Amino acid sequence: MRALKDEGVKFVFGYPGGAALHIYDSIFKQKAFEHILVRHEQGATHAADGYSRATGKPGVALVTSGPGATNAITGLATAFMDSIPLVVISGQVQSHLIGTDSFQETDMIGISRPIVKHSFIVQNTQDIPRIVQEAFHIATTGRPGPVVIDIPKDKTDPSQLFEYKRAKEISLRSYQPRVLPHPGQIKKASKKILSAERPVIYAGGGVILGNAHKELIALNKLLKAPVTNTLMGLGGYPAKDKYFMGMLGMHGTYQANMAMHNADVIIAIGARFDDRITNTPSMFAPNAKIVHIDVDPASISKIINADIPIVGQVKESLIALIKEIKRAKIKIDSEALDRWNMQISQWREKHGLDHDLYLNKIKSSMIAPQVVVQELYHATQGNAFVTSDVGQHQMFVAQYYHFNKPRRWINSGGLGTMGFGLPAAMGVKLAFPKQEVVCVTGEGSIQMCIQELSTCLQYNLPIKIININNEALGMVRQWQDMNYGGRHSASTYSDSLPDFVKLAQSYGHVGMKVTKQSQLKKTLEKAFAMKDRLVFVDVYVDPNEHVYPMLVAPNGSTKDMWIKKNTKA
Amino acid sequence: MKRIISILIENKPGALARVVGLFHQRGYNIETLNVGPVFDGSFSRMTVTTRGSENEVEQITKQINKIIDVIKVSDLTEGDHHEYEFIMIKFKHSEKIQKILKGLNGKIHEKNKDAMVMSAWGSSSDIEVAIKSIGKVNLLEIARSGSIGLHEGEKVLKI
Repeated sequence: MRALKDEGVKFVFGYPGGAALHIYDSIFKQKAFEHILVRHEQGATHAADGYSRATGKPGVALVTSGPGATNAITGLATAFMDSIPLVVISGQVQSHLIGTDSFQETDMIGISRPIVKHSFIVQNTQDIPRIVQEAFHIATTGRPGPVVIDIPKDKTDPSQLFEYKRAKEISLRSYQPRVLPHPGQIKKASKKILSAERPVIYAGGGVILGNAHKELIALNKLLKAPVTNTLMGLGGYPAKDKYFMGMLGMHGTYQANMAMHNADVIIAIGARFDDRITNTPSMFAPNAKIVHIDVDPASISKIINADIPIVGQVKESLIALIKEIKRAKIKIDSEALDRWNMQISQWREKHGLDHDLYLNKIKSSMIAPQVVVQELYHATQGNAFVTSDVGQHQMFVAQYYHFNKPRRWINSGGLGTMGFGLPAAMGVKLAFPKQEVVCVTGEGSIQMCIQELSTCLQYNLPIKIININNEALGMVRQWQDMNYGGRHSASTYSDSLPDFVKLAQSYGHVGMKVTKQSQLKKTLEKAFAMKDRLVFVDVYVDPNEHVYPMLVAPNGSTKDMWIKKNTKA
Repeated sequence: MKRIISILIENKPGALARVVGLFHQRGYNIETLNVGPVFDGSFSRMTVTTRGSENEVEQITKQINKIIDVIKVSDLTEGDHHEYEFIMIKFKHSEKIQKILKGLNGKIHEKNKDAMVMSAWGSSSDIEVAIKSIGKVNLLEIARSGSIGLHEGEKVLKI
């Protein structure tokens, strides 16, 4: 308890059980942090994760052995893929029972090994303070990630007493992540960037995790280059800025993907050239030189070879790069750059997203899901923390909700975990009780962690849930429409959906249902006016809607896109 | 091409599993693996041989380096190096096998009426050749240490 307190922990998300009972008893006796009892351990890890993404601080979850530990696995993998600092403490059976297939025993260290940054098993009680301190250090430094501490029950036996020792500083001989970039590389990068005619800044989640959004803005005040964000990077550069092209990749904007394909210099910042970004790697950005800044050397030249790799914290690297660019004698060719920015404007006009869909009073009886996001954006003045689940609704938010600040867009990008949105929103709401927290979800995803509605009642978490209900697993169905001759195998269930309004009510919350566009705005206003209640808004949308643009795959580059049904750009 | 990767790692429970697991997770293959405590016993040195292009091996060494317990990683095959492998063989009396092993620093450890146990060491390519020429006839059992190696010259792998 004291070790957690000394790490500044405010919330622990957890679920008790046999092997964790000693720990729970001491939680009962302390006041340093609040324990949030979730309804499923997956919820605990996602809530801790959401808390971390919104605050930048590490999230903490506590589970028991066996099923408690295995239920935490999806949340660990989610955090691992998106480099989120978590410390997950799992109870373990007593030391002498380990390896005997005892009740609720599972090898948590073994099961979690591929999806954690590091893990510890406590062998001596007196090591607990050091291990906790090291776990937080490892989780939060370098490329962040989840760390597991597995504690056998006998190691928390309250009858054993030890002196509490905390080191002033942590120094691990085997772990010294690089902070400062190599000055020679910064020089080379500056030269390459300033000689560009068609530069693109491609900024990922590393900008947000590394708290480097201000430096990114400062860099582009100098360069005036077009900027695109990855799904994880949204909010890292203000969406309202005129140089912002929107998201890139699989469902990125036409202009962002075209700009990547035609660039002569790509400045990749805290991004990892994920397969959703590059499409076919051998066809990716054929004429571009790549400057790649990342704290993780293994992310550099993993998929796309970097011409100028820079290993370092994003913030420190950008500060050095800005300094170098200011000092450089050569200046960027502003005429060429103007032509390039003009070209991007033309692409935007040709096939860019229509952000005013909500204004067109379409006579259609069905609501377009994009319109729901646009109305939500206006209802919240773009200031909400928005969590999402995974699928079409997630992409619609990424495309149509303009994130101007970092840490406002909270979604599972790397792993794509359905069920993430609601528990993540709980973590955010606890961190920011006075701010608007919205979970945009679908009727598929929300049912994966629906039990957390009960947690929201217990701890009074007035989240707003916007359920974009198309009565199907929309993204699966879209792929089936496009690639499987419209055979909707196991992707529909319209005859067996719950009545979400009653369901929300039975959990003690408010439920609202919208089926017509004319009701949408008013219903959202009503929902957001109920400041102290969780409101579940079930919005029935056009089930036939697809997400576009969409990269043509396989064997496509980023210039190959579907821009609407049956139409390639 | 064959690569010899040397790893200096904390001698802690689970550390070896992290390295071995990583090869599997990332789709790399381990051909041979050797591990033992070194220096004051708080370190282990592992030697892994694998196959891959330069890019693949660069990625492997970077990923291994990310393991928290790993202190240093080096691809010995990048430069000049010494590399040897040790084998032990049990076989039915055979002049041929004895002769082959003698040519590889062979030593007899046991000789009874049915069989012999001998050890030998040499470069892994010499060992491969020897094993091939020994064939199956009269061979009872064989154990290989896997490659171990050191950099040539002043370069060392330590903290």
